[in-house]
Amino acid sequence: MRDTIRIFRNGRIVEIEDFGPTETLLDYLRLREGAVGTKEGCNEGDCGACTVAVGSAVGGRMVYRPVNACIQFVGMLDGKEVVTVEDLAENGVLHPVQAAMVDHHGSQCGFCTPGIVMSLFTLYHAGRPAEHGTINDWLAGNLCRCTGYRPITDAAKASCGGVPADRFAREADATTGVLEFLSDRQDIFVGDSERFFAAPRTVDALADLYMQHPDATLVAGATDVGLWVNKQMRDLPKVIHLGRVLGMSHIEDIGDAVLIGATASFEDALPHLAAIDPDIGEMMRRIGSRQVRSAGTVGGNVANGSPIGDTPPVLIALGSTVELRKGDESRALPLERFFIDYGRQDREPGEFVAGLMVPKLGPGQQFRAYKISKRFDQDISAVLGAFRFTLENGVITDARIAFGGMAATPKRAVLAESRLIGAEPVKAASWAPALEGLSQDFRPLTDMRASAHYRLETARALLAKALVEIAGAPTATTRVIGRRETPAGEGEAAHA
Amino acid sequence: MPDSIVDDKVYATARQPIRHDSAIKHVTGGAVYIDDMREPVGTLHLAPGWCRTYAKARLDALDLTEVRAVPGVVAVLTKDDVPGINDVSSSFGDDPMLADGEVLFWGQVVFCVVATTREAARKAARLARFEVVPGTPLVTVADALAADSHIMPEYRFGRGDVAKSLKDTQRRLSGQIAVGGQEHFYLEGQVAMAVPGEDGDMTVYSSTQHPTEVQHTVAKVLGVTEASVTVETRRMGGGFGGKESQANQWAALAALAARVTGRPCKMRLDRDDDMIMTGKRHDQVASFDVAYDGEGRILAVDLDFASRCGYSADLSLGVNDRTMFHADNAYFYPNVSIRSQRLKTNTCSNTAFRGFGGPHGVIAAERIIDSIAISIGLDPLEVRKRNFYGPGRDVTPYGQKVEDNILAELVGELEASSNYWKRRTAVRSFNAKSRILKKGLALTPVKFGISFTLIHLNQAGALVHVYTDGSVHLNHGGTEMGQGLFLKVAQVVAEEFGLPIDQVKITATNTAKVPNTAPTAASSGSDLNGMAAQAACREIKARLVDFVSMEYGTPADKIDFRDSQVIIGNGAVPFREIVKKAFIARIQLSAAGYYRTPKIHWNRDKAEGRPFLYFAYGAACAEVTVDTMTGEMKVDRVDILHDCGKSLNPAIDIGQIEGGFVQGMGWLTTEELVFDGQGRLRTHAPSTYKIPTASDVPEEFVTKLFDSPGNREETIFRSKAVGEPPLMLPACVFSAVLDAVASLKPGVIPPLDAPATPEAIMKAVHATRRGGV
Ligand SMILES: Cc1cc2nc3c(=O)[nH]c(=O)nc-3n(C[C@@H](O)[C@@H](O)[C@H](O)COP(=O)(O)OP(=O)(O)OC[C@H]3O[C@@H](n4cnc5c(N)ncnc54)[C@H](O)[C@@H]3O)c2cc1C
Ligand code: FES
Ligand code: FES
Repeated sequence: MRDTIRIFRNGRIVEIEDFGPTETLLDYLRLREGAVGTKEGCNEGDCGACTVAVGSAVGGRMVYRPVNACIQFVGMLDGKEVVTVEDLAENGVLHPVQAAMVDHHGSQCGFCTPGIVMSLFTLYHAGRPAEHGTINDWLAGNLCRCTGYRPITDAAKASCGGVPADRFAREADATTGVLEFLSDRQDIFVGDSERFFAAPRTVDALADLYMQHPDATLVAGATDVGLWVNKQMRDLPKVIHLGRVLGMSHIEDIGDAVLIGATASFEDALPHLAAIDPDIGEMMRRIGSRQVRSAGTVGGNVANGSPIGDTPPVLIALGSTVELRKGDESRALPLERFFIDYGRQDREPGEFVAGLMVPKLGPGQQFRAYKISKRFDQDISAVLGAFRFTLENGVITDARIAFGGMAATPKRAVLAESRLIGAEPVKAASWAPALEGLSQDFRPLTDMRASAHYRLETARALLAKALVEIAGAPTATTRVIGRRETPAGEGEAAHA
Repeated sequence: MPDSIVDDKVYATARQPIRHDSAIKHVTGGAVYIDDMREPVGTLHLAPGWCRTYAKARLDALDLTEVRAVPGVVAVLTKDDVPGINDVSSSFGDDPMLADGEVLFWGQVVFCVVATTREAARKAARLARFEVVPGTPLVTVADALAADSHIMPEYRFGRGDVAKSLKDTQRRLSGQIAVGGQEHFYLEGQVAMAVPGEDGDMTVYSSTQHPTEVQHTVAKVLGVTEASVTVETRRMGGGFGGKESQANQWAALAALAARVTGRPCKMRLDRDDDMIMTGKRHDQVASFDVAYDGEGRILAVDLDFASRCGYSADLSLGVNDRTMFHADNAYFYPNVSIRSQRLKTNTCSNTAFRGFGGPHGVIAAERIIDSIAISIGLDPLEVRKRNFYGPGRDVTPYGQKVEDNILAELVGELEASSNYWKRRTAVRSFNAKSRILKKGLALTPVKFGISFTLIHLNQAGALVHVYTDGSVHLNHGGTEMGQGLFLKVAQVVAEEFGLPIDQVKITATNTAKVPNTAPTAASSGSDLNGMAAQAACREIKARLVDFVSMEYGTPADKIDFRDSQVIIGNGAVPFREIVKKAFIARIQLSAAGYYRTPKIHWNRDKAEGRPFLYFAYGAACAEVTVDTMTGEMKVDRVDILHDCGKSLNPAIDIGQIEGGFVQGMGWLTTEELVFDGQGRLRTHAPSTYKIPTASDVPEEFVTKLFDSPGNREETIFRSKAVGEPPLMLPACVFSAVLDAVASLKPGVIPPLDAPATPEAIMKAVHATRRGGV
């Protein structure tokens, strides 16, 4: 058992013992270290002004990911390297991304700039070509109110995409060594039984601890929990962090399904889920931002139980099951049954989400998913529709349809599904009754994201769009973004 | 050395694309914003307390027992603690700093917690108990109109017999458009730190566009003289108008807390509180009735704006006047009547926001043009051009003659460079073939009047010291919010003295150095402060020239300042040496410069005069694709051509244009302020209020500066103001969306409101398909 955490900061191991269970990394940096380069713009993970890079040793190599320091609890950083904007310049010489930002006039008021620089730093280290779409995606979580982004995108094009050659690249082996050393097998428990931050190392230790403290708050990526603390001013005296539990973030392809460990981040799960269908990849790409996807987990998205979480409808349409564990016992249930009502899930005290099993598409199955929001990137869905159709000779023999944003939970469209059996996508008249069925399946609400009326008409439009596409319409003619065709304009290869 | 409009002077620093003076500090995290300043020992932190349930209520009692009991709480301020006047308004006296017996909007500050940590203050602020009697809030424009609730009298101007022209015409149409407000979303929220001094003095570090007004407000609240209060502003993390009057309250609260506790006090609003409590861009409903001829030329316009001002007057007078001043945008209205109603509601007090009301006028004008074009089946660009101001058609509805119009040329150039007509054909054939997706194209102009319409604000001061090593200290009344003002003024000073830019020390705006300043607003920052700084430099230079002329026996006209030297006839002496000599010879090396804008005058009662020194022009062209099943919209390409006169700094100006465009595009597309029926703002965080992100900006986004011979007015080095005008360029995006929807049914004007969210677009799509109702 360890009663401190250790982070690697600017070439030094920093050991911290006197921190609060929900003390944020941002407060740690600004108030304790006096490292005020990292800014607070919103304190809720949306603006990116607080972006820092978190370095981990993955398979013997350093990987840098951007996170929002405002919604990371400092304890979660145990065993990680934390890089902030102050750390990049070497002996007064700007880092290539900093230099490019200066040369391209990428800052005006400068308040977003430290966060932008850190996001670009992670792009610089990503080993990916700095294409326009990639850059936009990397910047989705960094709001800039001054520049209009063009100079920032140009700076990214000019500085990223090559082989990294900064100090962090040069010292990668040494840093990897340090992080491997820090990655011990100990459980972490800081505090006392009334107030603590704990980070167990094994699933069994987690199961035990949570049974002892069923009133504790489980924290995976804190992209939801962080907001409870910062915005609702909730006091969470007992925090059990899941991020160190070995094996819990494991992702495995078992042939006709993919197993996603509960703490697999969106970022790590993305390629595996995208391989099932490109629309899932696009849906995942539009969850939050790089920062949110680096920290946030699929398990957390499910466990949180929000009616507007993006992964649940998609996972439900695919026929996924969720695995729960309590003490020594495990059980599995179809994901849609996990969501009982608004704010209520089928999860007992002391029970936690262990993982998900996500079936791949079978023969004759076609999948579509659409996310509708006011802004394309980093916005919460007004409506998300996910559709899996099984077809035989052009006739629908089975349909699984799930929507987010349409009810108190992510929910299946039971009536519409049944009315689709026997319908043919090429014959619009044959599926018209299913569209109508949606009005009985759902009674959506009006809120700041959309009116009930718009939600319902859009749900119908999305089902219709999916069927029109499956009937053969290329997505170049049906969508403004997230098209499935390859850039060359050919039809979809693998999923026809 | 008057700089003539055709000038062959070679500029060394002015007109150069020099990078922002803080760029390196920005990218390294070294730029210090107020919350980054090392706090003096014992600094306390403030959090606002407010009634989270009602937008309108009578406050009968307030129980702060639990608030005071939170560990770390040092004091809780209410209106009874105010020694002076409990008001933070700019002029009307109707903005209580701390609520006085009533809640006027959802977010009104009732008390303020002062604690040893910000966390303790924020937690404690939630624990008050209110005893209130709720009332029925007026929330929307419609509510206020129905209740006849006005914050100030309506205002009108115009000319000609509009009613008659409307009656006599063959072609007439009317319409209405609702245009939403906008949250500033400066990345750095409102923040101030007050440090008490001796004799009741107070030094306040405030993130404000208007240090002088913060100074006045603090003095008023504390009941001390203005001379006892010093306000300093090094930089803001964005302002956009949202820190003009809206910074007062937080600075004054910090100062009051510092007075009460005797300790330094800092107030930094949480983002949600900031969005809930501070004013925004007004939202307005514009109704129009137009007569036009068969060519699409406007004969008469009757325009009415109903504007939601919120619970207090704030800057609504000027903002709504500016809406009226821009209701013509670039078009000549032979007969016109413009009316503006300023409505009082139980919502936050709407305020300045880049464009200051002008954008609403522009959008209304563009909707009028689009409507005419759709009605008679002409291309909207053709109709726009036919209605431009031109010879004999050059007097605005408020009587100012448009003398500097360059739109014909500018628009012609953009029309060609954006390939407008070819793309028009392509869009048409795309739409003919495409069932679900529809494209739209639009090219819209902007004409924006430059000067504060409150004439007395058109003045500025600067303070320039030359030190004996030849370095220069520069100070002026303008504030830096990212727009590059400090750099531009430093460029002026460097140019005047012939020094490299790094010899000019940029310093924080400070009311003790340059007093009685105007806000940095109305795009006027470099026009005013650049001229004031130039005046200061020229005064010092004149003294140096006299001195050198005597000392070296060279006539004054053979003395010049360049390349860090003083050119004396055929010789040259380093500037450094000359100033040292001048000092020894007891020549004053410091000067206060002053400038007031010439030519302008405005009689509001008679609605006549010349409120603007000049106009800034620009145009932009956008192509969009709309999904008519979901209302989703993508901007495919944008081309901009903008007039900065002879730009003081082309890199900075391009940044202003692009940034302004994207900000305006956000206003018209994704940024939606939603108030619920009880007047509670539901979009008070970036999770629900969506400003543009990188992917909203098209990859093809081309911005060029118009090749101008220079401002025909004698502005600083013949440049033009650039802060606000570009905000209206994205009217083209909005018109392009309209164009796309209009393609569904020729001849029907889609009733598209702003912002054009997917839902708003779908509404317009359905109405268009139904035939416009
Ligand atoms: C800026 C921003 C943008 C976002 N955008 C989107 C979006 O576009 N789409 C979307 O769907 N979501 C979005 N989210 C929310 C999304 O990030 C979260 O729902 C996330 O998936 C939660 O995962 P986490 O690991 O961060 O969970 P945490 O915040 O750590 O936990 C969330 C909840 O789940 C519980 N929990 C976590 N793991 C487990 C477990 N294994 N077993 C039992 N309980 C558990 C926690 O106790 C807590 O109640 C956004 C969030 C932010 C901050
Ligand atoms: S402060 Fe805005 S994302 Fe952290
Ligand atoms: S530079 Fe001001 S927000 Fe980006």
